[in-house]
Amino acid sequence: MARRVTVRRMVVSTVAAWFFGGLIFFPILWMVLTSFKTELEAFTIPPSFLFFEWTTENYATVQSRSDYFLHALNSVIIAGGSTVIAALIAVPAAWSMAFAPTRRTKDILLWMLSTKMMPAVGVLVPIYLLFKNLGLLDTRSGLVAILCLGNLPIVVWMLFTYFKEIPRDILEAARMDGATIRRELVYVLLPMAIPGIASTLLLNLILAWNEAFWTLNLSTSKAAPLTVFIASYSSPEGLFWAKLSAASTMAIAPILVLGWFCQRQLVRGLTFGAVK
Amino acid sequence: MGQITLQGVHKSFGQLEIIKDANLDIENGSFVVFVGPSGCGKTTLLRLIAGLEDVTGGQILIDGQNVVNVPPAKRGLSMVFQSYALYPHMSVRGNIAFGLKMAGLPRPEINRKVEAAAATLNLTPYLDRKPRELSGGQRQRVAIGRAIVREPKAFLFDEPLSNLDAALRVQMRMEVTRLQKQLATTAVYVTHDQVEAMTMADRIVVLNAGRVEQYGSPLELYERPANLFVAGFIGSPKMNFVAGPPASQHGAATIGIRPEHLRIAPAAEGAGEGWPGTVSVAEHLGSDTFLYVDAGALGLLTVRGIGEIHLRGGDRVRLSPDPARMHRFDKDGMAIRQ
Repeated sequence: MARRVTVRRMVVSTVAAWFFGGLIFFPILWMVLTSFKTELEAFTIPPSFLFFEWTTENYATVQSRSDYFLHALNSVIIAGGSTVIAALIAVPAAWSMAFAPTRRTKDILLWMLSTKMMPAVGVLVPIYLLFKNLGLLDTRSGLVAILCLGNLPIVVWMLFTYFKEIPRDILEAARMDGATIRRELVYVLLPMAIPGIASTLLLNLILAWNEAFWTLNLSTSKAAPLTVFIASYSSPEGLFWAKLSAASTMAIAPILVLGWFCQRQLVRGLTFGAVK
Repeated sequence: MGQITLQGVHKSFGQLEIIKDANLDIENGSFVVFVGPSGCGKTTLLRLIAGLEDVTGGQILIDGQNVVNVPPAKRGLSMVFQSYALYPHMSVRGNIAFGLKMAGLPRPEINRKVEAAAATLNLTPYLDRKPRELSGGQRQRVAIGRAIVREPKAFLFDEPLSNLDAALRVQMRMEVTRLQKQLATTAVYVTHDQVEAMTMADRIVVLNAGRVEQYGSPLELYERPANLFVAGFIGSPKMNFVAGPPASQHGAATIGIRPEHLRIAPAAEGAGEGWPGTVSVAEHLGSDTFLYVDAGALGLLTVRGIGEIHLRGGDRVRLSPDPARMHRFDKDGMAIRQ
């Protein structure tokens, strides 16, 4: 029996949804608000919510003290580069695992995922030494490599589950219809796989954009992405909450805009396989 | 032309032998049905013909040419899949046209052929829709359209009607048969449904555990089953088997009597003749009456009577087999011919 949707239930669930939505969004809102306060105002207890003297001074200071655009460019290169390389490796890998599995395919998938079960800090010293000896410290290429490798297992897994959902029958139908391997790829497989590939890569881009462990430990200035830029406003120079907030707001803005436009793809990507 | 010949075809997956020495001659223009219980290898045999699986041994000849090393597309066959396997991102037109496009036909010719195929299958109003906007029956038609538009040497059908509801299945059954006769193209059709096999086929191949048990016309299989398996598989309700003394009376290890060939009479009259028993369940369908009779040591026997028979559970009856329609089998389960 279908549940009756009463007015009261509608009101309760609407209010609850807005409440929890607001709760989750509040820290981000608070950060954006703080970025427009003066440092003094940012410390005031009790904090003022909307009625304070609005100022954009923090943004100006942040921009003059460090080069936002350099870090933003680094972020784009590192997140974008690691995503592109991950795609080039993961698409064929997931493809062959989905469509030409061997007896060991399951084991390989599990083994790949198992590398994510170890805390990254466990391999910090060896990786740091490797980077140092290879001259990769504070280079964009080094960060591209480490982020790409770090996210690769998840990308392969996600793509594998997507490709698995493409019925074999359809590929066989294409073969019966006389499609060569190349045409089968171009006309049948790719159009069916593109939504899955797109949402996987989008997720990978966001993960790489926000990755803070390796970027903080392996870069300082030249190759430093926005995560390092934010961190530079926290501890060493004392707490500059307003400037930290301004830096953070600037750092998350691009990815927030991207995420906003791609939210449908993202939701589909994250819930894929769970609900059909 | 579409003459398909299988010579000593074997197929193994690792240690597992799926097809054991299949020899068949499928004549041009005939409708041949592979039937058998699930796991008997009928779909594998079809896929071997299609080229979607490679044979382990033996030859497959299409119009006299051995095709075991020819890729599926070059065999000139087309296939209708159980899941329809339509291209979800293409319109109905795109789906039907795909094979022709791959063959590199000029666009006007493709359009002409697609429209002709769509008209044959009443799909013209749906040409610009996507598969997800169609009903199950319409999708099935698109899958068939995709197969006929290429004018293949033979159609291969892999349980194409099993996803449809009962009424639609009967209707599509007739449509497929009619279409096949109209096009006079060889068809190989896989099903586990013996009613489909009996109604559609010119000839039936009964498969069991990777072996061809019998190959013949529907009535041949019904009237002269080669062995116990075929006798039990073809015909509904199933044939009754009786072993022991009643069988040895007829010089056989087992005798088989179809439910429609058992005469039933109330126990009182003609005492001493026939097998005594008690009706355990009676199914009254109006047109037929199915009686499940507990015949003691002989086991549960099924009787099919035409029209309404006024018997109920618990009634005592006598059953007498029609000797002319009795099937006799030796101790290996093979039919004994007169």
